[in-house]
Amino acid sequence: MEIVVLVKQVPDTESLIQIAGDGVSIKTEDLKWVMNPYDEFAVEEALRIKEAQGGTVTILSMGPAKTVETIRTALAMGADKGIHINDPAAEGSDALATAKILAAALKEMPYDLIIAGMRAVDGDNYQVAPAVAELLGIPQITQVIQEEITGDTIRCTQVVEGGAAVIEAKLPVLFTAQRGLNEPRYASLPGIMKAKKKPLDTKTLADLGVDAATVGAQNQKVQITALNPPPARQAITMIEGDDPQTLAVNLVKKLHEEAKVL
Amino acid sequence: MAQGIFVITEQRGGTFRKVSFEALSEGRRLADAKNAPLAAIVCGSGVEDTAAALEKYGPDRILVADDASLADYTTDAYTNVIAKAVQSEDPELILIGASITGKDLSARLAARLDAGLAMDCVGIRLEGDDFIFTRPMYGGKVIADVKINGTPKLAAIRPNVMAIAEAPRSSAVEKIDAEAGEVKTRIVEWKLESTDKVELTEADIVVSGGRGTGGDFSAIEALADALGGAVGASRTAVDEGWRPHSDQVGQTGKVVSPNLYVACGISGAIQHLAGMSTSKVIVAINKDPEAPIFSKADYGVVGDLAQVVPAMTEEVKKLK
Ligand SMILES: Cc1cc2nc3c(=O)[nH]c(=O)nc-3n(C[C@H](O)[C@H](O)[C@H](O)COP(=O)(O)OP(=O)(O)OC[C@H]3O[C@@H](n4cnc5c(N)ncnc54)[C@H](O)[C@@H]3O)c2cc1C
Ligand SMILES: Nc1ncnc2c1ncn2[C@@H]1O[C@H](COP(=O)(O)O)[C@@H](O)[C@H]1O
Repeated sequence: MEIVVLVKQVPDTESLIQIAGDGVSIKTEDLKWVMNPYDEFAVEEALRIKEAQGGTVTILSMGPAKTVETIRTALAMGADKGIHINDPAAEGSDALATAKILAAALKEMPYDLIIAGMRAVDGDNYQVAPAVAELLGIPQITQVIQEEITGDTIRCTQVVEGGAAVIEAKLPVLFTAQRGLNEPRYASLPGIMKAKKKPLDTKTLADLGVDAATVGAQNQKVQITALNPPPARQAITMIEGDDPQTLAVNLVKKLHEEAKVL
Repeated sequence: MAQGIFVITEQRGGTFRKVSFEALSEGRRLADAKNAPLAAIVCGSGVEDTAAALEKYGPDRILVADDASLADYTTDAYTNVIAKAVQSEDPELILIGASITGKDLSARLAARLDAGLAMDCVGIRLEGDDFIFTRPMYGGKVIADVKINGTPKLAAIRPNVMAIAEAPRSSAVEKIDAEAGEVKTRIVEWKLESTDKVELTEADIVVSGGRGTGGDFSAIEALADALGGAVGASRTAVDEGWRPHSDQVGQTGKVVSPNLYVACGISGAIQHLAGMSTSKVIVAINKDPEAPIFSKADYGVVGDLAQVVPAMTEEVKKLK
């Protein structure tokens, strides 16, 4: 089984996000960078499938030089090899352009299964994975919390509003990981040592045959024109009262008469 | 030149998702501002009558793709049918609700159409002739204004944010090509919970509990019931096994924007805030006056939720 996991490096969710001077990007100097949490589920699931039926797990990630750290983390968890797409011309690519670059890389690799995160917690786009599936002409199953492979068929449980749907497709398939799929392992010390020797290729757009004039910051279809802090809330009203009963009465009164939400 | 607005609606078993009405109302508002036609698309099986009911929200046309193969949503069939309709009608803007299905479909469709998609929008406005879409990024820590270059422009709107406005007119109901094409996935089974439960992302009121419940959610449930709302949970409550993951609100859970969000025994970690900060009114009930949740709430109660919440439930019942 040839499994490719799409992994993105993102700011840690604890990070303080500050708007940069240009007004359209964020300050990146003081951020801690980690593997997108949903991609951790994706890597973990890939490793479990490999452990059950053999095969190779390849990590594919596009990003600047520091992305190597995140790829190494995945290798330390147990993935076999990494491909790092690093090209200044790719920087600033929007979701669709990112998908085009990833798909170009995938077209040159063997794959039976592609696993991605259901979203990256930086841009919160939920887009790259379905776009990759479309560009490769393979089925997608998004927001998966359980999967089972029998022969050349995968059966996935997908979260839907109010429950779940069980969906089946013939490989190759791309599915995206939702929380609940598994508990990702930590990289062990021997894993970290071994990861240093695992193959990690770097590719440029030219290597992938991607025309730089179709991607990157200059060719965004979705273009940020301004970043703003979230609208400030009015100062909090603390409810007065000496006992739970009074507090409750006063709160419900405020919600009814002032906020008018009851 | 691309013109007009399309709204892709979502229905299951003949019932539209609320966000479809929100998208239609937003579409009507923008169509009026642009003096452009508005069309609603409905895909399904035996949905002609269901579709006609959308008149209430004012589309000029209702385009119905009706075929047995469209009874259940599949990415392939719906993308095939809708992409064809878009290619023949050439709309400027396509709106869709950012439900789970809406996210799955819009992302695939945008790639098929080689078009830009603004996901999970909380606002759309016109600046001159240009649409500006606002959408939270980094879990709501910043709000981006984005524009989309080229057409069609796709925008998936976050459920529960945009207002529903009725604007009845007699819409022309037209059947469109419903040829599903090749469908590479098969739905084996639906595992749906009872439908009388309010879906968390669509609820007007959400009452959430965290570690402070100590695992007893009965008071939270009773309050949610009295308010006709849904129950949510912090990740801790989910990790402890007190609530199913489908109840989790936050960065790695659901994003909710109810009119009223009541956080009970939740500290207000940044990852929790990511899931509820666009709620209209936020109430925090916490025994620790220093809890960070109080800096994000509109109303705060310092107290023991085990006592305050049941007393609230009694008060709410008196209102009704
Ligand atoms: C990558 C990542 C993703 C995450 N995603 C999410 C997510 O999606 N959603 C999420 O919620 N969290 C998420 N978290 C976890 C988050 O950081 C917090 O750990 C979590 O939200 C804390 O849950 P809590 O508020 O219930 O518990 P605590 O932080 O332990 O807070 C409990 C609160 O209850 C109060 N309390 C205790 N007893 C009572 C009582 N009797 N009456 C009233 N108040 C009482 C306490 O004062 C305290 O403020 C994520 C973390 C990471 C690292
Ligand atoms: N630059 C990237 N490199 C590799 N994978 C990516 C990249 N961007 C997004 N992905 C994958 O696509 C998923 C969804 O991302 P997004 O559409 O940005 O929310 C992520 O969880 C990753 O699996």
